Amino acid sequence: MPTLAELTLRFALLSLVAFGGGNATLPEMHRIVVEQNHWLTDATFTELFAIAQAAPGPNILVVSLIGLQLAGIPGFLAVTVAFCVPPAVLMYGFYRWWQTHADAAWRTHIQTVIGPLAAGLVLAGGGLIAVTATTASGSWTTLAVTAATIPLVLRLPWNPLWWIALGAALGLLGVI
Amino acid sequence: MTPGRAPTAVSLGELFRGFCLIGLSGFGGVMPWARRYIVERYHWLEPEEFAALLGLGQVMPGPNVMNLSVCVGQKFQGWRGAIVAPLGMMLFPMVIVLMLGLAYLRFGDQPVVHAVLRGIIAVGAGLIIATGLKMLYVYKRRPLALAIALAIVIAVGVLRLSLLPVVAVVLTFGIALEFAARRR
Repeated sequence: MPTLAELTLRFALLSLVAFGGGNATLPEMHRIVVEQNHWLTDATFTELFAIAQAAPGPNILVVSLIGLQLAGIPGFLAVTVAFCVPPAVLMYGFYRWWQTHADAAWRTHIQTVIGPLAAGLVLAGGGLIAVTATTASGSWTTLAVTAATIPLVLRLPWNPLWWIALGAALGLLGVI
Repeated sequence: MTPGRAPTAVSLGELFRGFCLIGLSGFGGVMPWARRYIVERYHWLEPEEFAALLGLGQVMPGPNVMNLSVCVGQKFQGWRGAIVAPLGMMLFPMVIVLMLGLAYLRFGDQPVVHAVLRGIIAVGAGLIIATGLKMLYVYKRRPLALAIALAIVIAVGVLRLSLLPVVAVVLTFGIALEFAARRR
């Protein structure tokens, strides 16, 4: 298992490229935590993702749950702080500078690069969860349900909470 | 206070309380609630300023809503506000997720827990992918933007390359190409 210092350092570094939030870093977290170091299994990793999805609040809570699983409550706190503070400090520093360049053309340029970059990371994050869960369970139903969910979510303006509840019900009924 | 008018002063206590409510309301996504409270209910920001700060939050790393809370806190109360606002937003969600996480450590081996989580994983992955597609939709007429998203999906999702160098390379080339394209 990793030391608190190692966890803090890794997640602080990761937070600096977390364009698109916590779910955007799922592929990299999986690479570090499951593939390289075998700290967690595929099954636990995807279950922690599910718990974070079901909880209220910003989507970085999956990071905190990984910290809890790896190093208890100190890990929970250390990883959360490590993941939140660097972006907050950056934001604090950039705020005024950004405000003073409200009409600058380069602001749009940067937005049209970082926007799709974040979208790509989020897509990769969702795809990673679907594929990992399918491999871990050995059943294709997971992938089929994920694929069926996407067009429904895009079409129906439900609160995400209802989708999560639907997923929980499907699981409880043994459909998945 | 006149509705639609941004107030000139918001105290640390008001920031903390407001962001506590935003964090707690945010089942399945905090952003709609952030807008509802900050713009419509408290009138802390005009809609245009909210949109501008959201834009900034999106080009910076970290969750958009956290970045937004830092900006709003900073605007009204300087560095103290930049600490208090995100703390308020994170407090209750953190406590709730800690409880859930501890319960999982204790009861995670129960078959019924696995069953419920299996369902949430499948649907949750679909939710995330749908979010990614919505984020991409605004760029549907921009080939360079679509190419960037595709490159990221392949490099990070399929080839499983390390995130830091991938982001560094894509940012550098993407911004260079964007500037070159706009200059013509």
